[in-house]
Amino acid sequence: MMEKMIFGRYVPAESVIHRMDPRSKLLIVFLFVCVVFIANNFWTYTLLAIYTFGMVGFSTISPRFLYAGLKPVLWLVIFTLILHVFFTKEGELILDLGLIKIYEEGLRQGIFISLRFFLLILMTSLLTLTTTPIEITDGLENLLNPLKKIKFPVHELALMMSISLRFIPTLMQETDKIMKAQIARGVEFSSGPIKERVQAVVPLLIPLFISSFKRAEELAIAMEARGYRGGEGRTKYRQLSWTSRDTVMIIVLALMSVLLFLLRD
Amino acid sequence: MNKALVSINNVKYKYPGQEVYALSNISFDIFEGEWLAIVGHNGSGKSTLAKLLNGLQFPEEGTIFVDDLKLNEDTVWDVRKKIGMVFQNPDNQFVGTTVKDDVAFGLENHGIPRETMVERVEDSLKKVKMESFLDQEPHHLSGGQKQRVAIAGILALRPDIIILDEATSMLDPRGREEVLETVRKLKNEARITVISITHDLEEAAKADRIIVMNKGELFREGIPEEIFQMEEELIKLGLDIPFPVKMNKQLRQRGIQVSKHYLTEEELVAELWTSYLKT
Amino acid sequence: MDILLKDVEYRYQANTPFERLAITDVTIDIPAGTYMALIGHTGSGKSTVLQHLNALLKPTSGTVKIGDREIIANRKEKNLKSIRQKVGIVFQFPEHQLFEETVEKDICFGPMNFGVSEAVSKERAKACIQQVGLTEDILQKSPFELSGGQMRRVAIAGVLAMEPSVLVLDEPTAGLDPRGRKEIMDMFYNLHKERNLSTVLVTHSMEDASQYADQILVMHRGQVLKRGTAEEIFSEPKDLIELGLDVPEVVRFQLKFENTFQTKFKKICLTTEQITDEVAAFLKGRDS
Repeated sequence: MMEKMIFGRYVPAESVIHRMDPRSKLLIVFLFVCVVFIANNFWTYTLLAIYTFGMVGFSTISPRFLYAGLKPVLWLVIFTLILHVFFTKEGELILDLGLIKIYEEGLRQGIFISLRFFLLILMTSLLTLTTTPIEITDGLENLLNPLKKIKFPVHELALMMSISLRFIPTLMQETDKIMKAQIARGVEFSSGPIKERVQAVVPLLIPLFISSFKRAEELAIAMEARGYRGGEGRTKYRQLSWTSRDTVMIIVLALMSVLLFLLRD
Repeated sequence: MNKALVSINNVKYKYPGQEVYALSNISFDIFEGEWLAIVGHNGSGKSTLAKLLNGLQFPEEGTIFVDDLKLNEDTVWDVRKKIGMVFQNPDNQFVGTTVKDDVAFGLENHGIPRETMVERVEDSLKKVKMESFLDQEPHHLSGGQKQRVAIAGILALRPDIIILDEATSMLDPRGREEVLETVRKLKNEARITVISITHDLEEAAKADRIIVMNKGELFREGIPEEIFQMEEELIKLGLDIPFPVKMNKQLRQRGIQVSKHYLTEEELVAELWTSYLKT
Repeated sequence: MDILLKDVEYRYQANTPFERLAITDVTIDIPAGTYMALIGHTGSGKSTVLQHLNALLKPTSGTVKIGDREIIANRKEKNLKSIRQKVGIVFQFPEHQLFEETVEKDICFGPMNFGVSEAVSKERAKACIQQVGLTEDILQKSPFELSGGQMRRVAIAGVLAMEPSVLVLDEPTAGLDPRGRKEIMDMFYNLHKERNLSTVLVTHSMEDASQYADQILVMHRGQVLKRGTAEEIFSEPKDLIELGLDVPEVVRFQLKFENTFQTKFKKICLTTEQITDEVAAFLKGRDS
């Protein structure tokens, strides 16, 4: 189950989308989330769908992989559809099955809203699928840089994110280890009544907390010993490079937004 | 005699909220280009000493000079450029998400321009033979490899001194050998002074000089041959003696005279061979 | 209690793109009362074997027999708890598993999970804390105010209090100073002798393997390479050296001596006394 979830996973490849600057990708996703709400009729939604599937195509990520990974979320989309279809009672009645009455407006809204939802999921997964977490962090740090003027801790935030990313696998290994040690001492994590199962988490969580604190302390000392004293006067090793490709991508999105405005009712 | 690179004078330290002094009346010098082993059982104060040298703690009394710089709050950042530290747990000092990012971390902190950084990252990784792992993530590396990356991170800052704070105690024998071999090479080629805090007596036997710590005090100081003379005393301190020294002692009990305390098996066998040929 | 692994294979994350073969063709029998040392490089499959000994991992093929219980690949197993009580594991850095407010509660945690009453568990805690070389007054302290070495001992006491009949040790002395190392290893050896405990020790220390174990098993690339007594294993030291493994320092010295003096002792020596006797006899033999 966990292995199949693709939300937040990075799939290495050399596609156009992969090579884009994380800043432009972040901007595009952000803009996309806004312009999605412009669409309100058949033509505008078609345009959005074409754009999104076009991006998926450029990313060279196999549709089958995408489908398998997004399956759990698809249920949510279908649920949204059903909800709207059955409970919106506006417009002409198109189907009357006694208890269940389907109205034209319901069908229309259902399809549009679930499609909007689906496209949003697709675009955001595309971001994480084609961008490493650290690139996203760098991109965010860079985009948020102006906020430093109002004393917003941009550098600290980015460092926190990158350290968390660095320690996720370590923490997973640690969890596995402690879990096994406690199973060997007779804890049962996956059977027994709910109450006992909840209690079983305590011998796992406390050691995890304690070791995380210890790690944090040691890491802080190691960072200090390596000359870390905040963002002031620091240079950066990882670099972002904005190319004409990124500019073009932004322009394409901008053009599409204009088109959306023209086509909407 | 080489000049004293670090001199520690009458240093006293106790942890906040503790009654007992973790270190008391410590004075000694560390010389340029030497390999100094500081040994002692757990809690003897040897790791505290390392923290003082790097300005992670400041002594309550006494002074520490590093390269003629008096260590205090104002000079600490300059001192940290001269002294690099490798800690015990390989995981808890790896800051970057990849090998090259981790090596760059120290350089970034000191505001080194990017072009220089790129050069030094590659150069330092070559010196520890990790250049083919540039983009690896830490959880795919062995403990020994992580420690070598940590060493590269220090090298990139061109330090005079490397402190190994029990840096090999969590590694398997192969990892331990990798790390020690790397440091040995650096000491010889780049003339880096090494301070190794350890309870690995085999390693200490190969040092130029040993300091034995006990209960926060400097118990004895000398070259390995001298230190291992005091066999029983070392064992009482919770330490061990290297195997060749144990053999020396047993041979003597069986009436076979060995001229001095040999620290390597090769030397001992060689001496036995020479005296065998003479008789 | 006897343990038998037969043709065991284990794959991590089987049937996914991340599948990785960890051990294959592993057949090991550990009769009750054996002290067995498992040696080999990191990644040779030692830890994977170890986790099969109390069904923390179930083989992806082959069978594991623990006492009268049989664990067969691809079969749903229920009630593994009884196995876990009989086979206690001391993991590497066991102090990481401590979590209770007091040392006493932490030691009692294991036995009480297996249905031992609180009163009996507390009795056991008292006995075990002494066994690991600590004093009773530590029982009411928080495990987190202890030193690293003391925490290690408390964690070990927590496993001993389960009164297992098989004790599995995964580098129990890693990171300790020489005295602590020796005390802990001696304690495990005494327990093994006194209670006739089967003991399985995973270690990198060839000295420990040769000094304590009556059977040594060499793992390499997920397979059992060799098995025998310390004399048998170390009498062919070249095999081990070729694999990049260490040999005990005594053996190393003997090889160097034999090489230089162009001689061969009758047997391989495993203790400093034995080797000095041989060397002395050799050197004096020529004098007379």
